[in-house]
Amino acid sequence: MEIFWYIIISILLVTFFILDGYDFGVGIIHLFFARKENDKKVIAKSAGLFWDSNEVWLVVAGGMLFMAFPTFYASVFSGFYLPLIMVLWLIILRAISLEFRSQFNAQMWKDMWDKIFGVSSLLLALFFGIALGNIVRGVNLGGIENGISKYEAHYFFLPLWDSSFSPGNTHLGVIDWFTLTIGLIAVIVLAIHGANWIILKTNSSINNKLKSVVFNLNIALLLLTVFSLSIWHIVNPSPIKNFIDKPYFIIFPLLYLTGLIGLFFVKRLKKEIYGFSLSILVIIGGITSSIASIFPVVLPSTNDVHASLTIYNTAANEYGLNVALGWGIVGLILLSIYLIVQKRFLGGKIDDMDYGH
Amino acid sequence: MEDMLFYDRMQFAFTITFHYLFPQLTMGLSLLIVYFKGKYLRTKIDKYNTAAKFLMKIFAINFTMGVITGIPMEFQFGTNWAKFSDLAGNIIGQTLAMEGLFSFFLESSFLALFIFGEKLMGQKLHFLTGFLVFLGSWASGFFILATNAWMQHPVGYEILENGKYVLTNFSALFSNPWLIPAFLHNQLASVVTSAFVVTGIGAYYVLRNQNVEYGRMFLSTGIVFGLVSSILLAFPTGDWAAKNVVKYQPATFAAMEGIFETEEGGAEIILIGQPNMVEKKIDNKIAVPGILSFLTYQNWNQQIAGMNEFRDDEIPTDVPGLYYSYHMMVGLGTIFMGIMALAAFLLWRKRLFGSKYLLWVIMFATPFPYIANTAGWYTAELGRQPWLVHGLLRTSEGISPTVSSGNTLFTLLGFIGLYILLGLLFLLLVGKTIYVGPESQKH
Repeated sequence: MEIFWYIIISILLVTFFILDGYDFGVGIIHLFFARKENDKKVIAKSAGLFWDSNEVWLVVAGGMLFMAFPTFYASVFSGFYLPLIMVLWLIILRAISLEFRSQFNAQMWKDMWDKIFGVSSLLLALFFGIALGNIVRGVNLGGIENGISKYEAHYFFLPLWDSSFSPGNTHLGVIDWFTLTIGLIAVIVLAIHGANWIILKTNSSINNKLKSVVFNLNIALLLLTVFSLSIWHIVNPSPIKNFIDKPYFIIFPLLYLTGLIGLFFVKRLKKEIYGFSLSILVIIGGITSSIASIFPVVLPSTNDVHASLTIYNTAANEYGLNVALGWGIVGLILLSIYLIVQKRFLGGKIDDMDYGH
Repeated sequence: MEDMLFYDRMQFAFTITFHYLFPQLTMGLSLLIVYFKGKYLRTKIDKYNTAAKFLMKIFAINFTMGVITGIPMEFQFGTNWAKFSDLAGNIIGQTLAMEGLFSFFLESSFLALFIFGEKLMGQKLHFLTGFLVFLGSWASGFFILATNAWMQHPVGYEILENGKYVLTNFSALFSNPWLIPAFLHNQLASVVTSAFVVTGIGAYYVLRNQNVEYGRMFLSTGIVFGLVSSILLAFPTGDWAAKNVVKYQPATFAAMEGIFETEEGGAEIILIGQPNMVEKKIDNKIAVPGILSFLTYQNWNQQIAGMNEFRDDEIPTDVPGLYYSYHMMVGLGTIFMGIMALAAFLLWRKRLFGSKYLLWVIMFATPFPYIANTAGWYTAELGRQPWLVHGLLRTSEGISPTVSSGNTLFTLLGFIGLYILLGLLFLLLVGKTIYVGPESQKH
């Protein structure tokens, strides 16, 4: 039952990163590549139309995590207190920049919100990548110092950074050079993803240019991926052990690789949806490979005193997980219906769609 | 430790107070939107459709604000109340996750369809999407109230050896005797807010002599909704909710009503006065004898326990705060009934639209239901103190053990700054939408 909920929550989270991921990517592309007012408008709109229903996935994933793995939820959310609250602020800023951009027809007003939209999208992508890096690297559970626990076994607290910026240090920070690398990978992946979304959903004048952008970013992604794999063993001594023990996990890195290679052919793809699908593969593969490499651990402990958090020692009781299965299935069926209905009425290019206020 | 608790409480109180300004309008407003859209379907008179779409614009702005201020609420259970989340996540995680899955998706998906899809769907489906938005927003309220009901009156759980509360009976969460009165009371309060907002906009249009046709429509519909909901708010739902407090949280009831000492014979009801915590009495008191006993037990002479009968650690931490919240809620509720009753009378005599003074009153009454709603929630939440889960877990035992007060103060200040900005932008946007009016959207 724990594995079942682990999979469900992973699916919810990956869906969030696919859906809101293109929103973030659109923001990054918007910041660096959109120059003409008409492009800016239509690109912002391609994110603005759907951001709130995309963000619901985060809320639901959070709620499910709370229900199924309360100890993990409590440990991680309080331990990563500062970066999480900052993520909340960025989410709020990004949302209002999308909502308020079109309210007044003055150039400076629009420019201001455009910049906030771009910068907050970029930082969010970076933070989410850094978060993944932290999960893989692990934390000092129980706050061990000189062999003494400061907290109960499953609590910890991380400052934003430690002045050493080293993932091997006893005093860890949220940002170190390893997590920063993962953060940069996330920024590039989501930028590619966002560019593919713009190409798919709009007729902006920079669509052709964006294909070159995707190609160039993909080279950077390949280099960073190779670099991160070569340093992975520093934070996780046996990165491939899990893949040897459970050979079927190899599917996840393969997904990543397929997407990565496929994106080099972005200019020659016959349909725009193929490019978008390839960046979806990269996102799915990247996240699942990372969490599979530590499974069934969900947060490794960097000390020898306290055990790592796993899906088993953080889960809710059997009864609770069982009843949730009942309503969870009903809810997911309803959700699929909403999505199909919404798709039917709101698919296609959005350039001429009449946007609200 | 004291500091940590203080800043954690301040941050939660500040962010939830700000957050709830938005859902309390959207829940009630969705009902009015369904009404207008339904009336259009029946009568085929265009202006009802225009009215529904105009109100949905205001709804959408509030919904957005509700979403972006709502995400921090869910996160804060983990960030600031980790110990509570760890101990009780088994139980409240259920209702919170259900809120996301059953109401949030429903609301957000169909709101997008309502706004963008009218031409594509036809009128009947468009009505249906409006109705589903209403259903989603009320379901959301239901699950949140179910969560709160468990904290006010825990049921269906057992305590493990390691101190965790685990769920043993899922359906008990929804048959909790605290839930239904609190839910109905809360939803009606939300209808009162939306009725005052809609009549406020109506009064503004009539006084400004623009969009007068819509102004009159908003006034006459809003007044009916406002009168009915403000009466039902007091009786029976407010009465039920108060009786639950008497039954399950008697110390809270004594503090709310400002009863320091148990009196021989029936208890008086205190209308006005300031709690004096040093001398344990109410200063400048105006009270009516016997009424409180009658309202609570239908018996003029029934004794009601005062705060002197409870241990100090059972009495709410902030007695004056609780007392004022409760009295503000009740006092404002009474005034709302009066305003709506007078307006309804004049509407019936066909003199309302000429009664300039009353229209000004109605216009300026718009913010007050927000204050009353907030005060009502403060009554519930201050009343639960010093407990986080009533009778089970002290508030001081629920905070995150690793987050220092310096960090919480930092984020609290950040939230205050950001939310002030958010509030200003919100007022600008809603103000603009109302100023432009319903007609403009017919391009």
